[in-house]
Amino acid sequence: MTAPYLTIASLSVALKQGGRLLRSVSLTVHPGEVHALVGESGAGKSMIARAVFGILPRAVDVVEGHVMLAGQDLARLPEGARRLYIGKRAAFIPQDPLTALNPAKRIEQQICDRLIHILGMKKAEARARALALLAEVKIAEPERVMRLYPHELSGGMRQRVLIASAFSAEPRLIVADEPTTALDVTVQKQILGLIADMQARHGTGLLFITHNLGVVAKLCQSATVLYAGKVVEQAPVTELFARPEHAYTRALMAATPRYDRPEDSLKPASPELIAELAREVALTDAAWARRPAHG
Amino acid sequence: MAEARAIMVRTGPRLWLSGSWLILMALAAIFAPVIVPHDPLAQDLMLGKLPPAWISGSEPGYLLGTDSLGRDVLSRLISAARPAFIVAIGAGLAACLLGSALGLLSGFFGGWTDRVISRIVDIWMAFPPVLLSILLVAFFNPSLTSVILAIAIIDWTRFCRVVRAETMQQRRMDYVESARAMGLSRMATLLKEVLPNVLPAITVLLSLEMGIAVIVEAILSYVNLSVSTDQATWGSMIAEGRGIIYQAWWVLLFPMIALFLTVLAFSQFGEGLKERFDPVLR
Repeated sequence: MTAPYLTIASLSVALKQGGRLLRSVSLTVHPGEVHALVGESGAGKSMIARAVFGILPRAVDVVEGHVMLAGQDLARLPEGARRLYIGKRAAFIPQDPLTALNPAKRIEQQICDRLIHILGMKKAEARARALALLAEVKIAEPERVMRLYPHELSGGMRQRVLIASAFSAEPRLIVADEPTTALDVTVQKQILGLIADMQARHGTGLLFITHNLGVVAKLCQSATVLYAGKVVEQAPVTELFARPEHAYTRALMAATPRYDRPEDSLKPASPELIAELAREVALTDAAWARRPAHG
Repeated sequence: MAEARAIMVRTGPRLWLSGSWLILMALAAIFAPVIVPHDPLAQDLMLGKLPPAWISGSEPGYLLGTDSLGRDVLSRLISAARPAFIVAIGAGLAACLLGSALGLLSGFFGGWTDRVISRIVDIWMAFPPVLLSILLVAFFNPSLTSVILAIAIIDWTRFCRVVRAETMQQRRMDYVESARAMGLSRMATLLKEVLPNVLPAITVLLSLEMGIAVIVEAILSYVNLSVSTDQATWGSMIAEGRGIIYQAWWVLLFPMIALFLTVLAFSQFGEGLKERFDPVLR
């Protein structure tokens, strides 16, 4: 097996005031692999994405562990070099296409700025590339769309532009933070298809953050299930669905609506499970509190 | 041509009317020494308090009449446009640069940067502005430069507060995070990504502030704390006209109209620019 492109090793992240947000999270994404990061709201999925890019909120600190991208421990790079290193190798598709594009810039400028910044392209070269990319994500009349401002595009179109922009500098890893949550269902399907398509064509590794298990089954090869900042299960997707190990994973699956199941078969998590999860989290935190002091 | 008409329909005549008045005033300010019909300082007591041309008793050549010392009102009105514009542009830009820079930093970086800047703004805004400006000008010695400094020192808070709020709102948007993930530093993100989105608000404020600067300059001239008396200003003309309002109302009225229209034009010009150029509003 090849070396993983992204390695997150026992990463813990905590508020400066004390509360832990990620509890020794480890996961890997291999080149060309689609890895799902699943969990409910507040589980820390987006926090992991931000940790990869080194853009954690200021109130938050990495207290343990490290992030390795293409074999390089990011914490060991000086600030300026790290930004460039990450920018060249990884791209981010944020959650909300409505605010993910800069409202003051034309589409052309948004994509070209990136190409010029990361690849050092000339203006004309970047423009040609941007046009090709818009065509690749199946935007009709790319010449016209290039001249538009984000607010003149529909949500689906904006997400297409964001995908084009993410793939533009040929990163080897893309982190997509619930890229379809803000879209309506029919558009979601198209966008997911497009992401899968682009990923396969470019052979990019993809860390796909979602709470939708249906998407996981369809799109991903392996998955990490997160609860309260703690990895509760990690497995190849086929195994995960055939034999979910952890009670939380089973509960998550039972709570997913499916058209081939009657609606009343949906089960919310039982109080016992929630109590059990709380106990597990408390145990990790207790172990954390007993850890030997740093240095 | 068709496009120009479409813009007119969309934004109304606001931009064009206010813009024309400002251009007229700017031309008056630039070419004042060449275009004035009389020397604005030349006194002739034989020709004191002449009424405007359309009222009986007027003298040919004195279109808007003369003041109590026989100085031509129109010439003084035109030459007073110059200090008004110098103050508007100088004080407006200075307050804008200082306030916007602090507002951007405060809104974008948050934390202690924001706390320090916000407290300074709070303290600053507790001073009564007109009294403070009188105090400042008296302290610096009255001159055009000290008027500009005083207005900038007082009014930067106006920019700071609005720009801070706008920046905070922009900072929460995902595009800021995308830019950071792409490898831009915080400062580059602020200047290249956030600033263009705050610029429409800054433009409107700047043009409002220019109008306010014109008023403050007039107030300071009115209390004789602006430029030296050998330069006519709208404020000093109003002050002179006040004493003789029953004998020669035109000495008071015309500078007031000029002042009113100029301030109004500045504020409307800003709004018009915003309507015309803000990509989100368009």
